[in-house]
Amino acid sequence: MSNVSVDANQSAPAKQDQPDNNNRRKFLTVATSVIGGVGAIGAAVPFIGSWNPSAKAKAAGADVEVDISAVEPGQLIRVMWRSKPVWIVRRTPEILAALDKHEDQLRDPNSEMEQQPTFAQNRHRSLKDEYLILVGICTHLGCSPQHLKNGAMEEYAEGVTDGFFCPCHGSKFDMAGRVFQNVPAPLNLVVPPYQFVDDTTVIIGSEAEA
Amino acid sequence: MKKLICILAFVFPQLVLAAGSNYPLEKANIDLTDNASLQRGAQIFMNYCLGCHSMQYQRYQRTFSDLGIPDELGQEYLQFTGEKVTDYITRAMPGESAATWFGAPPPDLTLVARVRGPDWLYTYLTTFYEDESRPFGVNNKVFPDVGMPHVLEPLQGTPRISYTERMVDGEVIKDVDGIKSDGTGSMSPEEFDQAMHDLVNFLEYTGEPSRLQSEAIGKWVLVFIVVFGIFAYLLKKEYWRDVH
Amino acid sequence: MKALMDWIEYRIPLMRVANMHAIQYPAPMNMNFWYVFGFLATIVLVNQIVTGIWLTMNFVPSAEGAFASVEYIMREVDYGWIIRYMHSTGASAFFVVVYLHMFRGMIYGSYQKPRELLWVFGMLIYLALMAEAFMGYVLPWGQMSYWGAQVIVSLFGAIPVIGEDLVIWLQGDYVISGATLNRFFALHVIALPLVIVILVFLHIIALHEVGSNNPDGIPIKHPKGSLSEDEKTKWEIHEYYTSKYDIADDVLPFFPHIVLKDLVAFTIFLFAFCYVMFFAPEMGGKFLEHPNFEIANPLKTPQHIFPVWYFTPFYAILKAVPDKLFGVIAMFSAIAALFALPWLDRSNVRSWRYRSGLHKANLIVFAIVFIFLGYLGGTPQENWKITASQIATVMYFGFFAALFLYSKNEKTKPVPTRIPK
Repeated sequence: MSNVSVDANQSAPAKQDQPDNNNRRKFLTVATSVIGGVGAIGAAVPFIGSWNPSAKAKAAGADVEVDISAVEPGQLIRVMWRSKPVWIVRRTPEILAALDKHEDQLRDPNSEMEQQPTFAQNRHRSLKDEYLILVGICTHLGCSPQHLKNGAMEEYAEGVTDGFFCPCHGSKFDMAGRVFQNVPAPLNLVVPPYQFVDDTTVIIGSEAEA
Repeated sequence: MKKLICILAFVFPQLVLAAGSNYPLEKANIDLTDNASLQRGAQIFMNYCLGCHSMQYQRYQRTFSDLGIPDELGQEYLQFTGEKVTDYITRAMPGESAATWFGAPPPDLTLVARVRGPDWLYTYLTTFYEDESRPFGVNNKVFPDVGMPHVLEPLQGTPRISYTERMVDGEVIKDVDGIKSDGTGSMSPEEFDQAMHDLVNFLEYTGEPSRLQSEAIGKWVLVFIVVFGIFAYLLKKEYWRDVH
Repeated sequence: MKALMDWIEYRIPLMRVANMHAIQYPAPMNMNFWYVFGFLATIVLVNQIVTGIWLTMNFVPSAEGAFASVEYIMREVDYGWIIRYMHSTGASAFFVVVYLHMFRGMIYGSYQKPRELLWVFGMLIYLALMAEAFMGYVLPWGQMSYWGAQVIVSLFGAIPVIGEDLVIWLQGDYVISGATLNRFFALHVIALPLVIVILVFLHIIALHEVGSNNPDGIPIKHPKGSLSEDEKTKWEIHEYYTSKYDIADDVLPFFPHIVLKDLVAFTIFLFAFCYVMFFAPEMGGKFLEHPNFEIANPLKTPQHIFPVWYFTPFYAILKAVPDKLFGVIAMFSAIAALFALPWLDRSNVRSWRYRSGLHKANLIVFAIVFIFLGYLGGTPQENWKITASQIATVMYFGFFAALFLYSKNEKTKPVPTRIPK
């Protein structure tokens, strides 16, 4: 702020540079600036906060209850949860049995990365072995992979009959949503929190309380 | 002629809606911090008003959380239409049939307190009176020839205008005392007034659910501005010392 | 750091412009509290633009969705109610500071030579602001939005021959409708703000060219060579000004002195603003009118309809004239008369401090009449008010007529050549 004081070339005494004023002036300048800065941050809060999901978005993102009694073995159904596709696959015993055969080709076969609730940190990546529940969005760039079954997956992964293939950039996942090596997707597919109310009803969005 | 006006008023309530009344308004004395009152008001609203009037801009869940009601309790005691707790508070009756029954669809009540003011609402709710000339047998003091039936009659009983008679120069003069219930309702007059106070309180809340939050934040904002103002003033004085 | 600054400065003169217009700008040292409203108006303008942008993020510009989207902002968007109240309170605050800013110009003769264009640009801002406020008030699509738009747009129907067609063209429909709402939205959020920002820019350019007036109306710039070294200011003033004039020892640099003074005024203003915003955003039905919390209904006119308070003086003039066309003419003339002020006032003395008692009385009566007209235009019609508003209308125009007549040979006090200390 000194650049705004009296021109040094002029003969008049520099009135405001008296030393007894200087400390007080510095203190007040700093204090006012700091308080003003705090105020500016406070004023920014509503503007930043208003970009959070609104009550409407949250209501639309609430838990979804799904009746799975009609899902045939081997079938995949899609439901919307938080405007995202969620797959529910009823896996056959053959598919389940095949899961451990290609683990040497997987990036994270033991699900060590936090892509699932703790209850799904197992080979099947599910609460019940039979039902695989995944967020159907590729962990690479957000496309929704295709479900390839009954040998259709062999074209992309040798010896793997069923799996998911992302048409956008060629990422591959097995029937537990685990990602194969040497594809762009870095992580296994996400398992959403869910719980079974009874044998044929599942709630997606929240876990059962421990 | 009078009958014709009544019929017209019934068919075209919008014609009379604009008509005002100079009936003195009673104070509603709202208190948005009184959760118990707001909860009772919500209960009356859900039981007696929601049949015809919706509250379409307000969600159950927001209402429950603002009024300190857990979701499960709210769903059990205040939600009758089978919607989710995250849904808007909408009426059960479809709009078209409402329009046929009452001449016009009953207005949405989310913002009614901001349109009418709490005192008007309170006076309106407590000044229904028996009037055989009206289609539903009731009329209202602040809203003459209103198209709404007295849905709170089971609570209040039948309200009648009461008179005191006195003799002046040999003639009987009837002085209007006010409106008195015939006592057939489930509530005493005091209980009914309290219930209407609760209902208006609730409507005032739904008109502007952010009111209490606004005042809570506002206090701190003003304190902050005063502190900032003191420093700004001292700084200004400090620099202006050079001038004088 | 300095090298970077120099690199930039060589290519775009940021520091030079800042020094010229915001730091080393010579401001008369006797500027009093009346001189803070221009600064405050700028602050409110910024507030309106920023909150407006944020409201646009959730507002739905359609007859079906507008009302519900405002309630959505008020209830469901995090902090949406703060942003909306900042905008609605800001609209009224804008007119509060602008009216005070204009009255300051009137009492200190800030419209007089050489500040005629400065005044005209200010009036253009005022005009654009009125259009902006009117269109903004239509957007929530409440009862007052709808019927207010109905009344104001109908005014154009008073124009002979083309009036009826013009109204339909403005509405884009046979009544005020979703089409009207959508075009008002486009004008409110893009066109008029752009016009206002450009006009404000021109207003400031014009101000800095002719220099700020002051409560004594005494120039601080003197012809080159007319002041001795002792009489010249000791403060560092930009050479843009000192090279052309001798700047008297009556000035302060804009920064920090004037900025700090404005900052103090700003905190006082902010306190009042936040008080209204957090505790009384409806301001008793003046800032947000009660019927506007009811969705627009083309079949039902509210019992009393008034424009928002800042339009009511002109609305009273409109209602005072019993003929539709002449009412509209009177209303627009009331604004046009303000435009003509620099040429209606023929006195050479600026500030009312050195002018006749008649002039002072005329200004005060004008202010009272303006407020009274505002009251008449903003309260329910009663019989006595018709006569009262006619008298007040005559007195409103009487101010300009009287000023024109007496200012030519007005008895004024001698004006010092230097600002009294």
